[in-house]
Amino acid sequence: MIFITPILYIISAILFVFGIKQLSKATTARRGNATSALGMLIAIIATLVGHGFQFQWIIVGALAGAIIGVLASKLVKMTAMPEMVALFNGFGGLASLLVGWGTYQVVADAMGVGWGVPALDAASAAKFMDDIGGGFSAATIYLAILIGGITFTGSIIAWGKLSGVVTQKPVLFTGQNVVNFLIVLAILVGAVWFTVDPEQYWIAVVATGVALVLGIMVVIPIGGADMPVVISLLNSYSGLAACAAGFVIRNNLLIITGALVGASGIILTSIMCKAMNRSLGNVLFSGFGAAGGSTGGSAIEGEAKPMQPSDAYYILEAASSVVVVPGYGMAVAQAQHAVRELAEMLEHNGTEVKYAIHPVAGRMPGHMNVLLAEANVSYDQLVEMDSINPTMETVDVAIVIGANDVVNPAAREDEGSPIYGMPIIDADKARTCFILKRSMASGFAGIDNPLFFRDNSYMIFGDAKSTVEGLVTEFKESAA
Amino acid sequence: MEALQQFEFLFFIFILAMFLGLELITKVPSQLHTPLMSGSNAISGISLVGALITLNVENADSTLTTVLGACAVGFATINVVGGYLVTDRMLEMFKARPAPDKKGGGA
Repeated sequence: MIFITPILYIISAILFVFGIKQLSKATTARRGNATSALGMLIAIIATLVGHGFQFQWIIVGALAGAIIGVLASKLVKMTAMPEMVALFNGFGGLASLLVGWGTYQVVADAMGVGWGVPALDAASAAKFMDDIGGGFSAATIYLAILIGGITFTGSIIAWGKLSGVVTQKPVLFTGQNVVNFLIVLAILVGAVWFTVDPEQYWIAVVATGVALVLGIMVVIPIGGADMPVVISLLNSYSGLAACAAGFVIRNNLLIITGALVGASGIILTSIMCKAMNRSLGNVLFSGFGAAGGSTGGSAIEGEAKPMQPSDAYYILEAASSVVVVPGYGMAVAQAQHAVRELAEMLEHNGTEVKYAIHPVAGRMPGHMNVLLAEANVSYDQLVEMDSINPTMETVDVAIVIGANDVVNPAAREDEGSPIYGMPIIDADKARTCFILKRSMASGFAGIDNPLFFRDNSYMIFGDAKSTVEGLVTEFKESAA
Repeated sequence: MEALQQFEFLFFIFILAMFLGLELITKVPSQLHTPLMSGSNAISGISLVGALITLNVENADSTLTTVLGACAVGFATINVVGGYLVTDRMLEMFKARPAPDKKGGGA
């Protein structure tokens, strides 16, 4: 039966590739996901026909995992997708860490190596090295533990930041760089030592601990609005962790599949960085937004004009084109259904409605698209930033809902601004711009937004959901 | 030396797969980035294969390995099951406008 396994592995890898290929079109994406799931099923079957297994333990683990997985996938709210993806990145990392460790533990137990056990004599040490599979194997075990550990705790912190358990603000302390430097140094020294001397059980233990600490250290200094980059990066790590586990057990399929996920995360990371006009290094190490309240650029003149929904209604009623610019605030206020209802009212009134989606709007890549899809907005109404901007001048009303930095014209005009150069949606170029916002507080980065003070801008204060619902009521009443 | 050659081969596969991944993913539009991420969560659950292999009978003597392996199976299964199901749930919601309704709709 053994010869079947490699053939099935190839089929499985092909199905993964096709699945991702089908995912590149909205019409075939769902089928793509099923294709990829079939690939996974085949991979599992291919493995289980291979040799004897401790099935009782497999069943226990798989059953527990399946129950949690089903519940999580059914219960999660679409606004909480970033949290779920963050958590799942972490589980992927942890699984790879456990595989790496488990493979090491087998040899360690067989040779009587453990924590606090006296060192082996030279002959036994050589046998240990042999059983492990040589220095390269030791290095891959170390790598699996390292990447898996960083991915795990990093993802847990990212989850904490997204769900509000951990502060969204960058956490910075004096000596942070020194601590990080020492951690990296320890990891490098450990890597060399473990590769030469894998029977040193304590190195594996300490390296695991250090990797877990490093995961925390790399994510805590990153602010909430930079989470799209962090989640993408951790997504990549979770794939690379699977790769590392693949090297440990010398399994082609793990390496291929892990590499696909790793590549996916890398691409998303670079798209997110570009959309913020920042380098990855800047996102990871600058503690962006920690300064708080620094305007940096030139002072803003003018006054923000508040407007009541009842007055806004008259402008919307007369508009022939409206562009909605959603941001993280729309997710927080759960306003997506109300927004869709308003859009339907407008369309019924003969107004053309589009949604302008900034690549980093929300807390993960594509976050807004999912929320609006949940609210039954058809995806052909969602327009990417580069396509909508040239048409903004012909738009009657831009409604900014819970977005701030992604519509900040300072990014285009004010060279002194910290976000100067970041591509934005030109909401300010619309004839009229409504900004739905809870208060005048500045956005995540603590940067003032001159958009609020423009002549054509009106602030509609209040909870985004109730404001939009108020507008819908206005439309309904006038229709009655 | 044999081990070294094997690693050379595996590394070769890794690099090729990486390039294939970059080519494939570049074509995924931003609209589908969230399903792509949750889908790749599921795919990274491929560690499940590694976890199963850790639980083969030859390793049964090491209790700690059994525990580690069972945990790995559990976490990887969460990813596989949860990842595919939630991605499916999400993609089910992605719909184009059914048919142009009453007014215009051609835009």
